[in-house]
Amino acid sequence: MPDMVNLSAHSQQHPQQRQFNPYTENGGTILAIAGADFSVIAGDTRQSEGYSIQTRYAPKVFRLTDRAVLAVNGFAADGNMFVKKVRQRLEWYRHAHAKDMPLRAIARLIQTMLYSRRFFPFYVYNILAGIEEDGSGAVYSFDPVGSYEREACRAAGAGQSLVQPFLDNQIYFKNQKAAHGTSHPAHLPLNTVLSLVIDSFTSATERHIEVGDGLEIYVVLSKGRPMHGLEGLRGMEEVTTTNDGERVFVIRRDLKKD
Amino acid sequence: MNAIASRFSSSSSFKPQSSLGEDEEYGSEYGWGSQAGFGNLTKGLPTFTMPQVQDPSAFLRLHTDDHADPSCRIKIKHGTTTLAFRYQGGVIVCVDSRATAGSYVASGTVKKVIEINPYLLGTMAGGAADCQYWETYLGMHCRLHELRNRERISVAAASKYLSNLVYSYKGMGLSMGTMICGWDKTGPAVVYVDSDGTRLKGDLFSVGSGSTFAYGVLDQGYRWDLTDEEALELGRRSIYAAGHRDAFSGNTCNLYHVKESGWDLIGNYDLSKLHYDGPQGIEGEGYGYEIRIGRASEKVAA
Repeated sequence: MPDMVNLSAHSQQHPQQRQFNPYTENGGTILAIAGADFSVIAGDTRQSEGYSIQTRYAPKVFRLTDRAVLAVNGFAADGNMFVKKVRQRLEWYRHAHAKDMPLRAIARLIQTMLYSRRFFPFYVYNILAGIEEDGSGAVYSFDPVGSYEREACRAAGAGQSLVQPFLDNQIYFKNQKAAHGTSHPAHLPLNTVLSLVIDSFTSATERHIEVGDGLEIYVVLSKGRPMHGLEGLRGMEEVTTTNDGERVFVIRRDLKKD
Repeated sequence: MNAIASRFSSSSSFKPQSSLGEDEEYGSEYGWGSQAGFGNLTKGLPTFTMPQVQDPSAFLRLHTDDHADPSCRIKIKHGTTTLAFRYQGGVIVCVDSRATAGSYVASGTVKKVIEINPYLLGTMAGGAADCQYWETYLGMHCRLHELRNRERISVAAASKYLSNLVYSYKGMGLSMGTMICGWDKTGPAVVYVDSDGTRLKGDLFSVGSGSTFAYGVLDQGYRWDLTDEEALELGRRSIYAAGHRDAFSGNTCNLYHVKESGWDLIGNYDLSKLHYDGPQGIEGEGYGYEIRIGRASEKVAA
């Protein structure tokens, strides 16, 4: 009897191997910078798989509390699930202690949550930014299984290798020598940091196909810090929920869509 | 007190528990309260979510092992030089600060010395998260030992606790090579512990991809009766050598001294600055530049 299709004969001849592959890569870039009394955390809004764009607006940066903002990058489904679970744990904490969890505690919480999936990892690179209990700006960066470190700035995701060297040069002043009799500043002012963030993303959009469409920048200001330089900024909106603590703002900008 | 201690103490068997249900991840009973972030430890040992496949460790290897497959998705940070040695004046611990993911330098500011408590240090080689997590966990249990026994835990006991712990996960993909260093009743102590289950007491160890280069300098300069100054310089010089010759090590080095009164952070040194200017920051006094290029240019001129 002739075969209906050759395929069946073909599949019987060769052993086939199957594997469980629950991960994909959804592109995009995230970035965070800590200042003396503020921190800035941003991400583009493109979500792609391979060469096709799934959506032009999929947020990667999420406000957790009035003093903590989390950015997730990697596999979008894992990222969204992870943010959902972190928020649930923070709500439980709020109910038990009648206050928001401090930033360094959120960082440790994220470590243990990521590590509890050590043998089935969340494919997510996390960056946490916000204000520490002493009022200073802070950035924590994580690997997918939970090792973490407090830093002044960090870029992650598709454009990491384009953006991080730029930040090293402009924030840490790597490979730069201060003019004679002067020194590099330890912390940069907010307007300088915002320009660096916008420039990082416009440049990454030019040179990386997985970066673009939109930009969301969250700014967290320390308690009582004056707004100077921030008010009246195009595309800015305040998203603070209380009125006597840290303040959170989001700035939305367009990036090139090709 | 005992009620609190027993809440954290491990069950009699060391068999790793794995939860099947997704919601068991973080424990339920104490999930609302604070457990110093270790909310998933309420059953004594932490519980881990496992992929529902025939061979979980093969699954993990498929997606995380960047030595076998550079294109794998989840890149776990690797590459290191760490060293620790015992001498007349205590223990010197010195490490580099580079973390690499494939050939990308993921970070140049990693803290590879984990401060377990004021008398105990652990070093980090292999998986960054494995070392960070389990040595923090070890710190909690060292504190419980103090509360239960009214005395500090010995380095031998602490290291054996860690060794038994990682041995219970053998074959599941943990990767750590660590030196537990401290000062106890017996004096200065260094114990090497790794994820294969090896546990060795000794005077001098170096771990990581740059360890061969560090050993070269360390072995020729080591004596038991080193002065404090000489010992610190030997540690620094060894890490410099590893940073210079091993591409996976570099950036800066962190130097610690463990004494009877506990550990001290001596300093953080930029390895490039050590190359040109040395630890004192004097131009031309560096470990590498002047003796190579400086003299060579003199010869050309002559």
